[in-house]
Parts: sequence; C-alpha cells; structure tokens
Amino acid sequence: MSVDLNTLKTPGPTITALTAPFWDAAAEGRLTIQRCEDCGKAVFYPRPICPHCWGRRLVWKDASGRGRLKSFSEVHKPGHPGWLPAAPYVVGLVELAEGPTMLSFILPGTQSLHIGAMLLLSPTAIGGRILPAFKPVEP
Amino acid sequence: MSRSKGAIAGIGELKPQRLTQGVTTLEMIAEVSRLAVLDAGLEPAAIDGLLVGPQVGETPQHVPATIAEYLGLAPTMANVVDLGGASGAGMVWRAAAAIEAGMCETVLCVLANNREEAAPRSPNRNPIREFDVPFGASGANISYALLMQAHMAEYGSTARDFAMIAAAARANAQLNPDAIFFGKPADVEAVLASPMIASPLHLLEIVMPVAGGEAVVVTSAGRARSLRKPPVHLLGAGEKVTHRAVSQAPSLTSGPLKSAMARAFRQSGTHADEMDLLSLYDCYTIMVATTIKDAGLCAPGQFGAWLNDHDLSHKGDKPLNTHGGQLGFGQPDLAGGMTHVVEAVRQLRGEAGERQIGKAGLALVTGNGATMSEATALVLGAA
Ligand SMILES: [Zn+2]
Repeated sequence: MSVDLNTLKTPGPTITALTAPFWDAAAEGRLTIQRCEDCGKAVFYPRPICPHCWGRRLVWKDASGRGRLKSFSEVHKPGHPGWLPAAPYVVGLVELAEGPTMLSFILPGTQSLHIGAMLLLSPTAIGGRILPAFKPVEP
Repeated sequence: MSRSKGAIAGIGELKPQRLTQGVTTLEMIAEVSRLAVLDAGLEPAAIDGLLVGPQVGETPQHVPATIAEYLGLAPTMANVVDLGGASGAGMVWRAAAAIEAGMCETVLCVLANNREEAAPRSPNRNPIREFDVPFGASGANISYALLMQAHMAEYGSTARDFAMIAAAARANAQLNPDAIFFGKPADVEAVLASPMIASPLHLLEIVMPVAGGEAVVVTSAGRARSLRKPPVHLLGAGEKVTHRAVSQAPSLTSGPLKSAMARAFRQSGTHADEMDLLSLYDCYTIMVATTIKDAGLCAPGQFGAWLNDHDLSHKGDKPLNTHGGQLGFGQPDLAGGMTHVVEAVRQLRGEAGERQIGKAGLALVTGNGATMSEATALVLGAA
C-alpha cells in the first residue's frame, strides 16, 4: 500500500442528523461515541435509543482511542472499485476499550498483525475525509 | 420422534447459469413455481399460500401481490421472507405454521433471481453502508474473512482444513450435472492455489454467484399423503437472528445457528449424530466449519480432524451437501439457501439418482443469512 489514501475515490459515510456528531468529531481527529446515562453502557454505532436498555438518555463522550484487534483481513480484492489502488490493505474489528466493537481501517505497523493486538486511534485522511482509523501499538 | 408439522409435497429447481440476458426474475419465478406444483401433482388453484423473497431493484414493494397476479394465484396468506440465505428454510417453517394456524392449506415457497451483466450497485443507506463501507469493507467476502481469521486464531484451524470443505463440495458436484462446477473438480491444492481475495479467504472458498430459482410446495401432512410424491415431513425447526453487521456479531466463532439447530433437534426429538444427510448452508467454507461445531458434530477446534475422519460423499458415513453445496452448485442469490432444502427432499424421497445416499431417514437443513446473522434450521424426515 503506497498510494495516498486521501486521493482514493472511495464511498464516504451516509451521514444523518443523528450520526453527524460522530463524523464531525472524526473530522477533528476525535472518536466520539454515545454513552447511555441509564445503564452506563457505551453504544456504537449511534442510535436514538440505547440497544441495551432502550433508554433515551444518550450522551456523546470522546472515547479513549484504545482498542483491541478482534479480527482482521488483508483485502486483496476490494468490494468497491474505489479501493482497488490501495489493495492490499487491512481492515479489522476493533473492540474499543469502552466496550463496543467497530470496523475500521488498520494502518500498517512494523510487525505482522495478530488478533489480540493493542490498537490506538490514528485519524487518517481517506478519500478526502478524515476517518477514525487505528494503528497497532508498537512495543 | 415428533409428529409432522407439515410436509414438503413438491420441489422445483432451475439449472443455474452464470448470466441471464433480458430475463426478469418474475419469469424465472413462474418457471420454477410451475415445476414445483407439477412435481406435487397439484393444480395451480390448489395453492392458497405464497411466500416469496425480496426483489431488490425489480419489485421493491408489493412483491407477493405482483407474483400472485403474475401466476394467476389468489392466496389467502401471502408474505415476504427476508432472511438472506436463511429465507428458504425460513419459508418452510413459516408455511407449516401458517397452515397450522388455519391461514391456508398449501403454500408455494419460491425464490429466484436473474443475473444481468451490468447490475447496478445497491443504493443502501443503513448502518453497514455508513460505518463499514467508508473504511474499505464492502461486501460479504471481507466479513467472512474476518470470521475465518478469528476461527483460525481461536482454534488453530488451518487453511488446509477449510480447503477440504471446498474440495468436498466440488467432488460432490461431479455427480450433479446441473451444478455450475459439474465437470470442474478442484482438490485441496487447487483451492489453496486459488487467488487470495481477503486473507485468509481464497477464491475457491467463495460461492460462484449465478442466476437460478428454487421452489417448494408445503402442505399439511395429511394432504401430502394423498399426493403424487412421498411426503417429506418437517419434524422440527429453529431460528435466530442476532445482528446484521459483522462488527455487531455477539461472537465471531459461534453463530445463531447453534441455538436454531438445538431447537430443531429438541422439537424433533433427534440428535445431530442421527442425521443421514447434512444439507448445510455453505456460502463460504468457514460457514460449514462453524455449523459442524455449532451442531455438536465435532468438538470446538476439531473440525479439521472431523473432516479427515469422515467421508462426505453420498457413499460416505456423513453425506454433506450431496448436490455439491452452493460451493459446487453455484449460488442463485437468495434461492441458494433453498437448494439445501430441495436436495434434502430428493434424498429423503430416494430420488437422488446416482448420488442417492444409502439410509435416508433424517436430514438436517441449515440456512444462514448476512454475516452469520440470520439462521434457520430444519430437521426433515422421510415418509
Ligand atoms: Zn442503556
């Protein structure tokens, strides 16, 4: 992967009024997710009600940006043609320290990737917008 | 064993093809429905229930009415079943339940799809589109690659273990002249040598998308006994839907089929080890690996050894996907899941020809939709 990710013609997010705070924060290099004031659980992706208790008192909180790699794949044949110039690239399932799991783009590290690897938020310009990507924590 | 909850009285299947030209899904639904109703020995007017799948692009809404009108039916129960690859199995259970509830007596369950050269990309606006696609994760291949990687890490399963599933499917497809890979076997080495699509997933571990159609006619056990073909009884069923996006899956190494199958076995008073045929949903090799474990056929982490210990052919001790599975037959979109039902009916009737299994009393049929998200299991029994 030597291409400048920011020049890719990749599909961006389909933002709604509800999800805008997540993407606004992403543009500023932050990862913000909802937290339920009723049951205390963190929620990803954004919703109008908490999927754990159906409470409506959801507030935005910046996440720590720490996560653990639950699984990953090196994509050789992307599902969308906009990603072809970047292949092979890695996507992974990131279990955030706050609890929920999100799918993200995993930046290359110096060592080979393994499940269980510790990750850190690494905002990255992809396709003309800054996305909350992650990178492995180097020992 | 439990009593019959309803019976499959007729089956229809279209030979899969890579591409269609100027053929609508409605036309294919008509052709395959006719085959199933003829097979049952019924007049079309006997069909008073209709279960169909969603039709993205062609008929976004009013699908049952559109199909009923097209086929000249006036059902007293009509509905869409939208469970991805579990839709076929899900239809069979719903049909039996609708009959038991008095909504109708004889249900046509039909799924088909055309496949044109330049199909438009789906204009989705949902959480997957918003939160997965922008990061480079479009399509099912990557999702199943993530499941496979997690399986390998948790159980130490190897690329070769998974390749054995694909090779066995291809081998079984050599006895099915309708299969898209008939005449094209692929051994373990060929699977492992095929291009890496999304690590650790190789090309030949992924179903080939095809056009096709499948239909079954479900009626009451009593009525089925008076019809042309020996009834195949629904003895037990189970279902569970847990998530849609792989990031939201409660587990990456066990799926909702686990509880769906447990319920189907409980309802039917059977056990996984008693099944004479395993007709297991196989969109990807990893799906079979997880299903074998979740069914209790092998201990966690032992599926490679289990494969080595068993013969999965029609002559073997554990016949698995004797039609070639979708990995060998091709995947006609949502109808792909129904191929596992149709093949089970053929085997339990003793109509499977040169690939007929020996003892054919019980079959396990599984359906799986999205990313190990939607699960339906059926235990079917011979007349
Ligand atoms: Zn809550």
